[in-house]
Amino acid sequence: MWDVARGLVEQMDLIVPTPQGLYCPAGDFHIDPAAPVARAIITHGHGDHARPGSREYWGTDVGFGLLRERLGISAKIHKLRYGEILQFGAAKVSLHPAGHVLGSAQVRIEVDGEVWVVSGDYKREPDPSCAPFEPQKCDVFITESTFALPVYRWPDPSIVAREIFDWWQQCKVDGVCAMLCCYSLGKAQRILAELKIHTDEMVYLHGAMTRLVKLYRDAGVLMLPTDVVTNQPKNFDWKGRLVLAPPGASGTPWVKRFRPLSIGFASGWMRVRGSRRRQAYDRGFVLSDHADWPSLLRTIEETGAKRVLAMHGHTDALVLHLRERGIDAAPLELHHGASPGALNAATEAAAEIAAEAGALDHMSNNASGSTMDQHSELDFSED
Amino acid sequence: MKRFAALFATLDETRATNQKVAAMRRYFSESAPEDAAWGLYFLRGSRLKRLIAPSRIRVWAAQATALSEAVLDESYAHVGDLAETLALLLDTSGRAHDDDTPLSIWVQRLQALREADETAQRAALLQWWQQLPMLQCFLLNKLLTGELRVGVSAGLATRALAESAALLPALVNERLMGDWQPSAEAFRRVIAPVAMAATAPSDIAPRSAQPYPFCLANPLEADPAGLGAIDEFCVEWKWDGIRCQLIRRAGKTFLWSRGEEMLDGRFPEIEALAERLPDGCVLDGEVLAWREGQVLPFALLQKRIGRKQVGAKLLAEAPVALLAYDLLEWRGVDLREQPLARRRAQLETLAADHGLIVSPRVLAAGWSELAQLREGSRERGVEGLMLKRLDSPYRAGRKTGVWWKWKIDPLTFDGVLVYAQSGHGRRSNLYSDYTLAVWDGDALVPVAKAYSGLTDAELIEMDRWIRAHTREKFGPVRSVEPGQVFEIAFEGIAASSRHKSGIAMRFPRIRRWRRDKLAQDADRIETLRALLAQADTKIGDSSVED
Ligand SMILES: [Zn+2]
Ligand SMILES: [Zn+2]
Repeated sequence: MWDVARGLVEQMDLIVPTPQGLYCPAGDFHIDPAAPVARAIITHGHGDHARPGSREYWGTDVGFGLLRERLGISAKIHKLRYGEILQFGAAKVSLHPAGHVLGSAQVRIEVDGEVWVVSGDYKREPDPSCAPFEPQKCDVFITESTFALPVYRWPDPSIVAREIFDWWQQCKVDGVCAMLCCYSLGKAQRILAELKIHTDEMVYLHGAMTRLVKLYRDAGVLMLPTDVVTNQPKNFDWKGRLVLAPPGASGTPWVKRFRPLSIGFASGWMRVRGSRRRQAYDRGFVLSDHADWPSLLRTIEETGAKRVLAMHGHTDALVLHLRERGIDAAPLELHHGASPGALNAATEAAAEIAAEAGALDHMSNNASGSTMDQHSELDFSED
Repeated sequence: MKRFAALFATLDETRATNQKVAAMRRYFSESAPEDAAWGLYFLRGSRLKRLIAPSRIRVWAAQATALSEAVLDESYAHVGDLAETLALLLDTSGRAHDDDTPLSIWVQRLQALREADETAQRAALLQWWQQLPMLQCFLLNKLLTGELRVGVSAGLATRALAESAALLPALVNERLMGDWQPSAEAFRRVIAPVAMAATAPSDIAPRSAQPYPFCLANPLEADPAGLGAIDEFCVEWKWDGIRCQLIRRAGKTFLWSRGEEMLDGRFPEIEALAERLPDGCVLDGEVLAWREGQVLPFALLQKRIGRKQVGAKLLAEAPVALLAYDLLEWRGVDLREQPLARRRAQLETLAADHGLIVSPRVLAAGWSELAQLREGSRERGVEGLMLKRLDSPYRAGRKTGVWWKWKIDPLTFDGVLVYAQSGHGRRSNLYSDYTLAVWDGDALVPVAKAYSGLTDAELIEMDRWIRAHTREKFGPVRSVEPGQVFEIAFEGIAASSRHKSGIAMRFPRIRRWRRDKLAQDADRIETLRALLAQADTKIGDSSVED
């Protein structure tokens, strides 16, 4: 066979990019496929990683509820415990905590003693709403690079949580509603959990968030009490209340009821002044579920990988930087189109602006437009 | 600088005008006068002259951050602002300590650095970068590169200061007119109670040199018929030159631009005329390149703007004149509260006696006839019409309902996108600055750079297209495949040897994304040359000497 002949010349890659996404020939499965495949291993429940239509899925038991939510009731989903080893053909496969959102995982693949790890999305900061990242020794590390620029460096999340709380309290003083925009899956729950040490007050949710918050509660994550916005009477006084909403909601008529209000946005993109200003939020809070530059470098070092493939974001700077340090690094280009790797971080950041600019309907109706669906929440249906 | 940084952050993140004013008020009342003075200077949009070239700062930053210039450039391309990129890169953990050095001292330090040699500049910079918290580091970099911009208008800053000093904004504005130089003393004088300021000795430009705040026009978007009867207005052409105040007081002449820049010495023709004017006379008008009753293209005037010394050749090639609009002071009396009809009558008498050119009134029987006259604006070399209420006093700033500018539609061409650069500020994550080209034979020649005109959604779509169709990357710039056509509007065209195309445009901006057009449908250079020839026929020879 041709592949065998090639294998004689050079080591076969355990993971190769295909139009459907990352593929493991030895185990005949895909990771976070962009299109329907026979066997899909899913790192976590975000829309750009978990897509419906494949024949069989494998994911963590902790993240099962979220996967079910994304993949639909008819999807065939197998649960795996962190660290549990599964044999796919010649490949030993296991999932390990990625610290990104509830149930998020890295995928470790071992074939004949060679180990590859696909990071999925990950972060290194403590997060009360999910298990912390566990570095895995490997030969080749495929890392996400959403924020892979040295300008991205996260402040201590407990300090950011304090800032959010202080802003909320200031809104009470000013007699305005505090509406915090954040991604519905992961960020919202993390904030609800982080704020628990400051208060036990009720927080109000946009309809798109309620089910996801409930899934976190079911998984045992401790969070502030919540209620859905639409449960409140028409004359409800929103002054001084904290409302969580997906980023796309801030430009819609839905927000009118909260006026007067102050709008905040919690995202890693808020680190850069241009992003803050462009989106015209009153307050930006730098809080991300992705690895910042120092975390990326530290993680790559901890894996001991001799070769690093960067995908999902700003791959250029990271690849340059690693090569300057003698690490065999390259961007992993997925087939162009709707794959996560083709979508660069700036566009991802821009998705919410577009939503605000009123392009929301256009994008969510765009059947092939999963490109814009990255982590931003365009699937809210309330109102 | 800590207090100024806090103010900057507040202004940056609040959208409500009242909150911005409140924050500035607090700053003015809590800061020492010399710091408040510098704060005021920056808030009103004045800048220090650039101290160190960005290219040199880039090299030192790479050294300070231990990053390669390639990685630094990637970061810069993403952030879109060098000062901010550096501040973010240098913001390593565990260095959020404070620095209480006042703003005025920082300005002194920076100004001292201007005289220093490169080694000393580098040493100082590296040390400050290590020591300052992020926002202050950002502001320092902005001061260094002469690019500090605060997100408020000069008018708003003036209003805040007036409120904190319990004075009328118009009075504060008047005290700040001209080449206001910040110092504790100058600041005290600005906020002094009414009686004291008049008697205070002056270490700034003498009072006799001070211009009045300019009255500005609002764009007219609707049908002018909605404004009332046409005979309630003084209608003039909208001239495209330099708006100025010509002051003749105490035997001296002062010429101020609208940007409150002193233009003395640059326009000897106008100064010669001013010498014939009586004392206590202030004119509002427009400096234009002008020959034998005809306005010449703006490009000729531009040659004069940059020159402090004017040679005989240039004087002959690009003669200028002042077209008077208004008379603000006559024989030492402030006429601004009088109706325009009275001021204009006085101006016309004065003009007849002293050989002054007054901007002529455009007479029309009705609005529709005026609209027809407006169609001929381009041939006349004007931008449209000005409509000024005859009963209006001369107001400071852009008051609505007093003066209107009714501009003509701009010139346009269809250009192909050839280079894209990531934007700055608001658009720093997006490739939003476009270089457009037209066909010259089989080749595309860049002719204009446009920064604005697309909606956010379009920008995002284009950003994706650009990334997917990049041919080459040069730092923050990408060359792209010729596949997108844009309709570009511009205000004027001139020959230029600095541009490869031989053409320079004024105010090019994107008017429409022509998705319906292919690259080969874009305009050819001949079309633009024809427009250029039209413009040239009025100048005769327009050989450019730069
Ligand atoms: Zn994710
Ligand atoms: Zn992702």
